[in-house]
Amino acid sequence: MKNLSNLEPGEKAVIDSFSDKELALKLMEMGCLPGEQIYIERKAPLGDPIAVSISGYLLSMRKSEAKTIFVNEIK
Amino acid sequence: MTLSQKIKVALVGNPNSGKTTLFNALTGLNQKVGNFPGITVDKKVGACQISQLASKNKVDTEFIDLPGTYSLYPKSVDESVTFQILCDSKNEHHPNVNIIIADASNLKRSLCLATQVIDLNTPCILALSMMDLITADGVEIDIDLLSDQLGILVVPINARKKIGIGNLKQAIIKVINDFEIPSCFVDIKNLAPELIGNIQNKLTLKSDYNAFQIACNYKTITGLSEKEKSHFEGLAKELKFNPKRSQATETVRRYKAIDKLIDACVKYPEFSKNNSLTQKLDNILTHPILGFGIFLAILFLIFQAVFSWSEYPMEIIDNAFAQLSQFVGNSLPQGALNSLIVDGIIAGLGGIVIFIPQIAFLFAFIAILEDTGYMSRVSFITDKLLRGFGLSGRSIIPLLSGAACAIPAVMSARTIPNWKERIITIMVVPLMSCAARLPVYTLLISMMIPADQKWLIFNLQGLTMMGFYLIGFVSAISIAWIMKYILKSKERGYFVMEMPTYKVPDWKTVGLTIFEKVKVFLIDAGKIIVAISIVLWVLSSYGPSDKFQEIEEKYQYSENAEVEIASEKLEASYAGIIGKSIEPVISPLGFDWRIGISLITSFAAREVFVGTMSTIYSVGDADNTKSIREKLMSHKNPNTGEAFFTPAVALSLMLFYAFAMQCMSTLAIVYRETNSWKWPIIQFIYMSLLAYLASFAAYQLLS
Repeated sequence: MKNLSNLEPGEKAVIDSFSDKELALKLMEMGCLPGEQIYIERKAPLGDPIAVSISGYLLSMRKSEAKTIFVNEIK
Repeated sequence: MTLSQKIKVALVGNPNSGKTTLFNALTGLNQKVGNFPGITVDKKVGACQISQLASKNKVDTEFIDLPGTYSLYPKSVDESVTFQILCDSKNEHHPNVNIIIADASNLKRSLCLATQVIDLNTPCILALSMMDLITADGVEIDIDLLSDQLGILVVPINARKKIGIGNLKQAIIKVINDFEIPSCFVDIKNLAPELIGNIQNKLTLKSDYNAFQIACNYKTITGLSEKEKSHFEGLAKELKFNPKRSQATETVRRYKAIDKLIDACVKYPEFSKNNSLTQKLDNILTHPILGFGIFLAILFLIFQAVFSWSEYPMEIIDNAFAQLSQFVGNSLPQGALNSLIVDGIIAGLGGIVIFIPQIAFLFAFIAILEDTGYMSRVSFITDKLLRGFGLSGRSIIPLLSGAACAIPAVMSARTIPNWKERIITIMVVPLMSCAARLPVYTLLISMMIPADQKWLIFNLQGLTMMGFYLIGFVSAISIAWIMKYILKSKERGYFVMEMPTYKVPDWKTVGLTIFEKVKVFLIDAGKIIVAISIVLWVLSSYGPSDKFQEIEEKYQYSENAEVEIASEKLEASYAGIIGKSIEPVISPLGFDWRIGISLITSFAAREVFVGTMSTIYSVGDADNTKSIREKLMSHKNPNTGEAFFTPAVALSLMLFYAFAMQCMSTLAIVYRETNSWKWPIIQFIYMSLLAYLASFAAYQLLS
């Protein structure tokens, strides 16, 4: 399954699950829940961190953190 | 609760929700800012009086601005403060009323924390901020329905324009008189029925959810006894309670309920134009070239302000204190008291007040950058560069403003959310070459290198000066890199953070930030600085009395001998005695006792070095670098008969000033900002060692 860091900016996906339980709690309370639509809005100039759009706002995270979020791409 | 008592109101909300703006609108200048005991989390308490509409009676209200958080579950020291105050009814700040601030343009996420707080069953009110933003976007919120579904009062506000503040105050009175506990927004009792019931009994709690929060986080509550904690621990184990899984289940359930609520209460336009301005600005401000370019330009502006613009007000302060000390010195009878007040206290106070312009300028910029939402973009574009050094994007402004003055720079490190990154930043900031090192460098470079000497087309003096700025920066990031491996942190560092939409800064917030930072520095650090100033004054103006008398007698009949008397007295003073006694330790660095005395007195502030040297060498006019330079240059080494200040000595001395922690004000502010003497002491020791080793190596290699 793809993780969030595999997506290119603009490609839409739906969150499936998380691999880091601790981080998942933090992400979930900020609105990143399984079933939510998510996409990368932009990457930082050096390619890392990334800014994602989730439930109507912008959230930035490091690539290593995005790797813990599994997603299903929307074609 | 009756209205004759003081009402305690807590402001709760997400970061960037407009919580602080509301706090400022409610309390104005009537604020007290400090630390929560034992930790460095800002504690902001403010007061106001609410007049009741019916009786015109005034009700005393105390507001506390709780650290912003996205949920009650604590993940950092700041969030733990919010959790404990809200969930532990025995906490001294436990509120009678909660005002929950929800960002209307981010309603879904805001409601996660909001509904958690509602489920605690303390009387509460929902204040909807940023209403102007969503109205402009064409979003409609059915306030009455929202209020009805949540079971609490909902008040739309615009804190910047002071809209809705009056309604909010009246709502406080209303819920104190009459609050009906709404039904649970999310039912969690079935996640751990026995454990929740038991905690409710033990702590006499009505709310299921409060008991559930305690079941998940009892370890972090300082108000619980060890006995209670071990009881809960045993019970949780016995019942196989899994706090993380329960927390995840709760969050999922909560968001499901919120989705339903939002579907019912909020109407979104078909075509949303929202955030388009933020997107356009981000295209520029996080652009690979433009983004860094603009950031460098802003840094340059900040540096200019702290370095050059603040010179004018600093000069005014300096002159004012010079006049004050002259006036007091002339009006009081000569003697010890006169000297204590003029050279000890007034000089010490002057040394504190002089920093106000720099602090004010830096915090004006920082408040604007924070309030507009740009600061999170700074972290975004610089994070990768700094991550390897144990720092984050948030460290860059403290680090670079350290090149002007370490004091405001250390204070600004408070915006770094991660504890470890904050400590590392504070520990290395004083290595940056600050403005106070300039006079020392200028004097010593001018002695070491002739003014017209060039390397290629560059002036060698200028190059050397630049080299010393570089040494400061390189050593700062190297030490940061080393500390990354030494420091252990319990707190897990995340970079998951919101990038808020851009806003026009709220000038009242900017003004209050400046005011508050200046106040903290004057009061908290000022006490320590005045105390050390007095100690230094005693050391340099007193000595074994027979020596002082001899000097007085010696010059009894000579006129205009003040300069010589001052010089000889300093030599005979306790500072002089210490300076002489440390000579064996510092002679491997090429220093003699005269430099030893200057090292001791310049602990007050680095630039004092030049003044002390001019006193010791009896140069009448301390402001004249040229005359000090000539005097120093003509000083001969008694052993060799050659000039004492060889390039090796000058370089060694410069390196010493580059690394040594020669600034009591910085130590005082590090103590204030880390809340313990441990960090300033470690900082003093490691910097002194670094200074000694660097000077030792330089002198031994060159001479």
